[in-house]
This record gives sequence, C-alpha cells and structure tokens, in this order.
Amino acid sequence: MNSKQNWQEFFIPRLIKACGYSAIVFVALIFFFLLREGLPTLVEVPLKALLDPRWYPIEEHFGILPLISGSLLVTVGAMLVAMPFGIGTAVFISEIAPRWVREILKPLIELLGGLPSVMLGFLGILVLAPFLRVFLNLPTGLTALAGSLLLGAIAVPTVVSIAEDALDAVPRGYREGAWALGATKWQTIWRVTLPAAKSGVLTAVMLGIGRSIGETMTVMMVTGNAPVLAVKLNSIFSPVRTMTATIAAEMGEVASGSVHYRVLFFIGIVLFLISLIVNISASAVIFRSKKRAERILS
Amino acid sequence: MPMVKISIQALSLQYADGTESLRGINLDIHANAITVLFGPAGGGKSSLLRCLNRLNDLTEVRTLAGRILVDGQDILDPKTDVIALRRKVGMVFARPVVLPFSIRGNLTYGLELAGERRKSRLDEAVETSLRQVALWDEVKDRLDDPAIALSGGQQQRLCLARVLALRPEVILLDEPTSGLDPISTGKVEASLQELKRNHTIILVPHSIQQAARVADYAAFFLQGELIEYAPGADLFTAPRDKRTGDYITGRFG
Repeated sequence: MNSKQNWQEFFIPRLIKACGYSAIVFVALIFFFLLREGLPTLVEVPLKALLDPRWYPIEEHFGILPLISGSLLVTVGAMLVAMPFGIGTAVFISEIAPRWVREILKPLIELLGGLPSVMLGFLGILVLAPFLRVFLNLPTGLTALAGSLLLGAIAVPTVVSIAEDALDAVPRGYREGAWALGATKWQTIWRVTLPAAKSGVLTAVMLGIGRSIGETMTVMMVTGNAPVLAVKLNSIFSPVRTMTATIAAEMGEVASGSVHYRVLFFIGIVLFLISLIVNISASAVIFRSKKRAERILS
Repeated sequence: MPMVKISIQALSLQYADGTESLRGINLDIHANAITVLFGPAGGGKSSLLRCLNRLNDLTEVRTLAGRILVDGQDILDPKTDVIALRRKVGMVFARPVVLPFSIRGNLTYGLELAGERRKSRLDEAVETSLRQVALWDEVKDRLDDPAIALSGGQQQRLCLARVLALRPEVILLDEPTSGLDPISTGKVEASLQELKRNHTIILVPHSIQQAARVADYAAFFLQGELIEYAPGADLFTAPRDKRTGDYITGRFG
C-alpha cells in the first residue's frame, strides 16, 4: 500500500464521520443559542407579565398567550382541513384509484409539497382573503380561517404521502380476508384497512401538525397579524397572530439584548418545545407500531 | 352419483401482465365431498379457486371466458350479487390472516356485515363455529383477546371458523395448512372430514400426501390445464395420464 492510499484511508472515513456528527452538533448549538438568548426572559420579565393577555411590546406588554393561542387555533383549523382531505386522498390513491391515476396523482401531490409557501400566501392574499371577506361578510378576509385553509393545503401532501405509505404496507391478505367474508370495498377500507394502518396514519397527522405549526410565511401573509387572545370559537373569523409570524416580523427591528429581543427568543423556545413534543409523540407511535410488527412476524 | 354443486365450463383466464393462468377448464364439483386441486406451482389452482368466489375481480384480469355454474347460476354474469356469492362460497387462505380485531370480533365481523345484530345469534355463531374447528376449548376464556395473540395453527382454525360462521355452502381452502405443524394440520383435516357432511369443500393441498389423504375427488393441474380428474382413490392408485403418474411418484414437481 502506498502512502497516498494510507492517507486516504486515514482521512476520508474521519471526514465522513465528522459530517455525520455535525448534524448533532448543529442541533445542540441551535438549542444552546436559543436557551442562552431566551431563558434570561424568565428573570427579566415576571411570569405574570408573560401571561398578560396583551402582546404590545412597545409598551412593555409581553403576553405570549395571544400568540400561542393564535398558533394553536390556526394549526387546529389546518388539521381539520388536512386530516379529512389528506387521509381521504391517501385512501383514494392506495385503495380505489386505477393504476394510471395513481401514477399521475402521487408525483403531483409530492410536487404540491415542494411548492414554496410564499406562493400559497400570494394566492391567499389575492384570492382566498377577498373571497372569504365577501362570502362570509367579514370586515377583513385576513383571518385565522384563511390561515387554516392555506396551512391545511400545505400539510395535505405530508399527510397524504405518509398515510399512503402506511395503507400500502397493510398486507394484501387483510383486504382479501375481509372481501372473502362478504365485506364491500368501503366496509373493508373503513373497518379493516384503515384500522390496520392506524399508527402510520396517526404519524402522518402528527407530522402534518408539525409542518403546520412551524409554517411562517403563509400565516404571516394571510392571518392579519393581530395579537388578540383567541378564546371564543368564532375567533376563527377574526385576525390572529402566530408565534412564528411574530418572530419573523419583529426580530429584524428589535434592539439586540433588549427585553423584547429576549422574549422573542423565549417564544422560539416555546415553539421548539411544541414541535419537539409533536415529533416525539410521532416517533413514539412509529416505535410502538414497529414493535408490534416485530411481534407479529416472530 | 352425488349432486353436482359447481360446474365449470370452458373456463379460461389471462392476467393483465399476459400470463395465461387457465386454459379451457371443464370440471364438475360434487356436493358434500372434498375435491382436491393439486399440481406444481403456477398450475392455475389458486386462480381457479379465486374465480369461484370472484376474488379475481380485484386483480387485473385481461380475459376471463367460460362459465361457472353454482347451483345452476352463472356466477361470472356481471349481474351476480358478488357480496352474496362470497358469503355462500367462503374462502380460507394459505397464510392465516386474522383481522385486527378480537377473537370474537373476527368471528362476528362477517355476520355483522350481513346485518346480524342480535347478540344471542352472534354468541351462538361464535360458539358453534369454534366448536366445529375444535378451537372452542382452547379460547373460550379469552374471546376478547386480540386474535393476533393466537398461535399460527389456532389462527388458521380461527380463519376457518370465521368462514363457517357465515354458514357458507361451499368452502374454498388455498393451502390452509402450509404453515402449520403436523398436529394442527391433523386437526384442520379432521374438521374438514366433519364439515363435508354439510358443505362442499374445495381444497388446494400443500403436499401430494395431503391430497391423497383427504381427496374424495382429485383434479391434477399442470400449467393452466386440467390433466386428469377422478375419484381420489382411483387417481392416486391408478392414474390414467402419464404426467399425473410422474408427478405423484415424484419424477418432477
């Protein structure tokens, strides 16, 4: 072996290893940075002030509840759109559509998933918001509802592709077993195939939630950005402001190191924790279903 | 001569990918007997079974010609009520596929689909069908456990019981004992001998030995053609076709 090969054998595996570990390092660094900038909030701003129902940082009102409620309202609304549409589409693709339709639909939906969200925001401002204003007779169409509808559209591809994989993984024998007992196609889907794919479908919904709650650009463009505490059901018809939109809109104008700056980072921590919880519950579901699959196979 | 339950006439089947599965099959299947369809893999046995309860509707079939008369009715007629047909002609598969319900749920599912809601009728069906497959004593104390927790042999008998709960007239079995140990296999075969009193049974066995053990009638299939069809006692002792003889004695296959 010559010295060049020796050198390669030594260097290249270490380089690849470094690339692999860097992902962990980056996540750790981001988390550390978030904590360092955000955690002092808890010292500088009393907890009572953070629970203030008003977000008005110019006058030292740092209530983050309106922002959290805004994010939750829009996300819940988005899931109400994305769940039936996403799961319905997945069922159609995997169980009902003939092969040629499936082969057109699948890449099309994946393409939709890759659409820059700012384009959807565009569509929201120009088409959806005016339509909602006229159709529902609202003072403005830039509402939580508009955000929910668009976020739903953004989450649909995620839900579809994961739910479809889960349905596809259901053994053919389940369906044939049900058919052979005289179940119709629909009865088979509803009582056998979907329950068998339950954990995968649940994961799809979880990841859809994760996708929605972290989305920034679209919601900033269409939800009207009024930090009002959403407590009533009809808040869906009024403007709201989400955590992501607040950070994106205000971070550029805030004095570094000020209280406002720290609270924005604190919001970042809250957001991080929420998506962490969503992701962990999603992988817990996957883990559980894996274990079950292993049990069945053994 | 016993009654003919199913009459297959000039049946040909070709799948969408071009493979020809059945060529001009003519076969009369007798009631209250076990008819065995056997032969090497790819002979068309499973395809024929799946035609008999129209499960092939769900795969991509290019051509399907001929007639299948069940009690004189052509079931390949597009006007046939497929759901009712599948209740009348039940099927058990090679790999036991218990549905993701409880043991009881697996047994009552078909009946509930058929519109049976009375609890007493459902409970009665559960017990009767489990007794018919000699599974009642093994599971009667845990009917609400998930069916997946049963052993392979128990699962397969549960699948048979599930079909029986629907009170079918014909039972199709596609290698029902291929994954089972000899004891479980023996139990399933014993159940079949009981069941043929009231049912017409068509079985694709997983071995020639099993074919010889259970067959009242036997049909030998080779590459989509029916080579020979005779009472089991005749076919396995004195086959008329040379290919049948060669297969039975293990010259090929």
